[in-house]
Formats: sequence, C-alpha cells, structure tokens
Amino acid sequence: MAKYLLKRLVYIIVSLFFIITITFFLMQAAPGSPFASERALTPALEAQMNEAYGLNEPIHVQYFNYLFSAFQFDFGPSIKYVGQDVTEIIARSFPYSLILGVEAILIALSIGVLLGVIAAVKHNKFGDYTAMVIAVLGISVPSFIMATILQYIFAIKLQALPIARFESFAHTILPAVALATTPLAFIARLMRSSMLDVLHSDYIKTAKSKGLSERVVTYKHALRNAILPVVSYLGPLVVSILTGSFIIEKIFGIPGLGNEFVVSVTNRDYTVIMGTTVFFSVLLLVSILLVDLLYGLVDPRIKVTDKGASK
Amino acid sequence: MSKLLEVKDLAIYFDTYQAEVQAVRGVSFELDEKETLAIVGESGSGKSVTAQSLMRLTPMPPGKFAGGSILFNGEDLTKKSESQMESIRGKDISMIFQDPMTSLNPTMTIGKQIAEGLIKHQNMSKKEAHNRGVELLKLVGIPNPEKRINQYPHEYSGGMRQRAMIAIALACNPKVLIADEPTTALDVTIQAQILDLMRDLQQKTGTAIILITHDLGVVANAASRVAVMYGGKIVETGNVDEIFYNPKHPYTWGLLSSMPKINNGEEELQAIPGSPPDLADPPKGCPFVARCPYAMKLCENHMPEYTNLSDTQKTACWLLDERAPEVEPPESAIVGGAKVHG
Ligand SMILES: Nc1ncnc2c1ncn2[C@@H]1O[C@H](COP(=O)(O)OP(=O)(O)O)[C@@H](O)[C@H]1O
Ligand SMILES: [Mg+2]
Repeated sequence: MAKYLLKRLVYIIVSLFFIITITFFLMQAAPGSPFASERALTPALEAQMNEAYGLNEPIHVQYFNYLFSAFQFDFGPSIKYVGQDVTEIIARSFPYSLILGVEAILIALSIGVLLGVIAAVKHNKFGDYTAMVIAVLGISVPSFIMATILQYIFAIKLQALPIARFESFAHTILPAVALATTPLAFIARLMRSSMLDVLHSDYIKTAKSKGLSERVVTYKHALRNAILPVVSYLGPLVVSILTGSFIIEKIFGIPGLGNEFVVSVTNRDYTVIMGTTVFFSVLLLVSILLVDLLYGLVDPRIKVTDKGASK
Repeated sequence: MSKLLEVKDLAIYFDTYQAEVQAVRGVSFELDEKETLAIVGESGSGKSVTAQSLMRLTPMPPGKFAGGSILFNGEDLTKKSESQMESIRGKDISMIFQDPMTSLNPTMTIGKQIAEGLIKHQNMSKKEAHNRGVELLKLVGIPNPEKRINQYPHEYSGGMRQRAMIAIALACNPKVLIADEPTTALDVTIQAQILDLMRDLQQKTGTAIILITHDLGVVANAASRVAVMYGGKIVETGNVDEIFYNPKHPYTWGLLSSMPKINNGEEELQAIPGSPPDLADPPKGCPFVARCPYAMKLCENHMPEYTNLSDTQKTACWLLDERAPEVEPPESAIVGGAKVHG
C-alpha cells in the first residue's frame, strides 16, 4: 500500500514536470506580450520591465528558473497586478472555487444518483420518463445558458436568491446548480443504465430467492454494484466542474480561481496563467489518485496492491 | 404419501414486443418429501421458467400466470402476496442457479451473503449467523471456512462458488431445493463432486430436490423420478428405471440416443435433428411433431392425452393409442446392460 502510494506520487511529479514544461513553451510560442496593451509602452520602459521580470534571459535559463521555483510552489509576482504574488492570488481566490466546486459535486452526485435509481426502479414508467427528460435537458443545455435561465427565474422573477457575487450561502446556490447540471444529468443516465444492468443480473435473483424484500435487494445488493461506474466517473466529474467554473464564476461575478484564470489569459499575465495551470493540474492529479483509492474501497475485486493498481 | 408440492396445469406466458411467448403450457407434476425429481429437456423447453415460477421469481410483467396452480403444503403460491412469498423464499423453498460465476454478489463477502437469510428467517444475530455460516461452509466442503467466510466471490473457484451457493440455499433448512442446471457451467470432475455433495446433503437434511438439467446422464445417479419437458409441456414422466429402460415417448428416445453410453463406445451419439418449436407460435398438437420420425397426420393438430403405463409412468404420445402402428424405440435409445443406475 505504502509502496503503491509512493509510486503514484512519483507519477504525479513526473506528470507535473511535463505539464509545467509544456505550458512554459506554449506560453513562449503564443504571440503578444504582457506589456502589449492599448497604451504602448516606450521601448525604454518595456526593456526595463523585461529586465525586471527576467524576460531578457535566454529561454533555457528562464525555463530552469521557472521549473525550479514551480516545484517550490513559487510562481513569482503577477505581471499585471503590481505587488501581488501568484501564490497570494491563488490563496485568495481558491476558497471560493473550492466551496462552489464541492457544492456542485455534491449536488451532481446526490441528485444524479437518485434520479438514476428512480428511473431504473420505475423502468418504463412515469418516474423513468420524468427523470430521463430532466437528464436529456440537463445534458443538452450548456451551463452558461442554464446559469442565465436560473438567474432570470430565481433572482429576477421570483427574487428568491441573489443574482450574483459571493457573500453568503444563498449566493452559492444558483452558481452551484448551474455548474452541477450537466454532470448531474450525465450521472443520472449512467446510474440508470448500470442499475438496470445490475437489476437483471443473476445475483439479484439469488438475493430475491433468499426472501429479501425488494427494498433490501435494491439498496443493499444492487446499489453498491451499480454505483461503480459513477465512482469511475468522479475523475472526469472533477474536470468538468473545474472547466465549468471558468464560465460560471464569470457569469456570477465570483472572485474565484476560475475567474482569475480567465482574466489572466485575457491579460496575458504569464506568471498567473502558469501558476493557476500548475495548481489546477496538481488538483486534478490528486483527485484522480483519491478516486482510484476510493474505487479500491468500493470494489473488492480491485485490490490496491504493491504491484500497482490492477484489475 | 404426503405431497409437498403439487403443480397443476401451470401456464406462464410472456408479453414481448413481437408476440406472446407461451413458455410453459399446462405443466403438472408432484414432489414428495425427501425425494429428488429431475426435470429434463433441451434448452428453451421452459424448465427455468417453471422452476423460477415456483418461487415466484419470474419477472411479472413481462411474465404472467396464464392458468394453473402451485400448491405448497396445500396452499396456492400463485395467490400469495409478495410479502407472504418473501417469508417462503429461502426458508421453505430455495434455489441454486446455473452459473456460479454470476449468481453471487461480487461486492459482498460470502459470509454476509449466507447470513442474510439466517438473519431474516431465523432471527439470528450477526454473530450467530456468522458462526452458522462457518458451519455451513464446512458442511459443503469448503476448506478453511473460518478464513474463507470473509472472502469475496472472486477469491473462490467456480466449484467452490457453487458450494457456497448450496450453503446459502440450505442455510435455513428448506423443504424444497430447486437446482437449475447446477453443474452445467462446471468442469466434468467438479460436476460429479457437486452432484455427490447434493446427494449427501439431501440424506442429512431430508430436503426434497427438483433437479433441472438438459443432460440425462446427470439424472441417472441423482434422481428418483424424471419429468421430460419439451416445448413448454411435460411429454413423459416416470421413475428413473422407467425412463431409462422403458421409455415410450420418441422425444425421450431422442434424449437417450444423444447420451453417451458406457458399454458401446463405438456407436455414434445421435443428436435429435431440428430445433425446438417457437413458443411465440406454439404448435397446435404435439410439440415434438416437427422433429418426430413417427409423426402422423393426427399429431399435428391434436395434443395427445397422457397414457398411464404404470402407477408412476405417464406418456403423452399418439403412438400409445391402440389404433396407432406398433413402433419400437431405435437401437441407440436402448440403455441395455449399461450401468446407468448407480
Ligand atoms: N423474461 C422473458 N421474456 C420473454 N421470454 C422469455 C423470458 N424468459 C424466458 N422466456 C422464454 O421462455 C422459453 C423457455 O425458457 P427457459 O425456461 O429459460 O428454458 P430452459 O430453462 O428450458 O432452457 C424460451 O423460449 C424463452 O425465450
Ligand atoms: Mg434454463
């Protein structure tokens, strides 16, 4: 187990190395510079700025400097916002995104699984059709349209929830729901089909032949097996919530990390772009590791062994 | 003699998109206490549907009872509510299935799967059920049961899983054990072990067994009576000696011809040509008419009545009518001198 974890950590570090390298050179290749905005700087001033941020150094020197400090989680100062370190920006904005993301994941999982189970148990009945209509709508409506619809109904028409910003729990509801919709619908469909498969399997017949009630059979025998595909979807779920947050935070005016990332890209704020990219990567790689460990807990056939994750 | 189970004119149909599939079309049989009845027939003849309906495990819908009754200790199971059935399943009647690889829950330990029935029907505590589980695993011949009980199905071999299934089925000392092709998915050597085990356990516990199989070879050593099923009907029934040494139905002859025999190894196995009837559009007369070498005009449109050949043997075939021509069973169907009854 310890050996397995160590191995996975080494993989994470190697992946990070590649991610950092690739982003660094992509940034170099991208046209434009952080100082190219509407008001052009004088050449003298630009040279001075480049000097200050080490942009004059030969590229390989810049690269190794960057790599070295990235692994210490130091991404240097922001180029656009004078006096702010990238690490500070991340530390300030990430908590908003974290709350929003966790909330959205919980909504997507709980309601998605519930809808899927209802649909499967009420197969080809009203409950099934209702759940699947919700699911198809959820998958086909993009999150930014969902966000606008939610704002219109709940904030403008009903005046029930705040339309934007992030000041209280009530503020988090609409963006979290908007963020959760698509993965929720996906989970509902996944759960439905896997639950239907499981309900038709032989061991469910065995369970019934013992005299267990429908409820015990569904929840004790079927659910645990049917939820396995949803557990494997947790990795992609985190990705989907993360990328979704770029738009949703913008629409709801939430000062989260997704928003910072988008702003940094429009500003060509190199250091912030790379810092957030690396941070997002770490987040993803760690979530994927956690999901794999969780899968080993849920499915006894998958053993987390010293030989690595194996089927 | 006390009848434990009496099935009368049982009919089960399935509503499918294309048609109504008449899987079981008026099946009657009886089961005495402590006996073993084999139900034999090719796949698709309605054996599993019959077996599962005895426990009301047939999915309804699409399935439905289209007539008949299932009397267990004199009470009609087709009339019971779902919750009444729950207290019968696993306690009075249990079942083991064909494929031990898929009939155990992969995410639950064997011990828990055995314990469930005990907790439900015998009000045992978890601890008691666990201890009883260890005993049961020992009883079905699983080595090292204290350790094995905490393992998951994937840690067991196929034969051991079927043993575990038997332990689950016998946990509450049921009166009837239905074994639906319990050895079909297993290696030949393991097959014999499992059949031996079932026979041993029957002697110890006195459970009556309905053994379902498509292989007459399995029947000889395991059962006392045989019902031959074809096209949703029982075409012939009798005790083992009658079915092997004095069979009267051409379908039974066909089954015997396709069974490997011990003494005349050179002879070729003869499979019955053709395939079973489509139960979505079942034949009006005898179900075997399309494949029967002795079929007469009459057979096509009229289902023969049973002819009682002895107290125990009944056969539904027009050849037994006094007006029909005399027909002898083919050479290949004669189990002469072969020691099949062990
Ligand atoms: N759920 C179902 N829906 C429709 N038809 C079914 C269903 N279950 C069984 N049947 C049909 O019933 C017939 C008998 O099947 P079965 O009892 O499984 O045969 P056996 O066990 O003798 O091989 C088959 O023609 C099969 O297609
Ligand atoms: Mg079958």
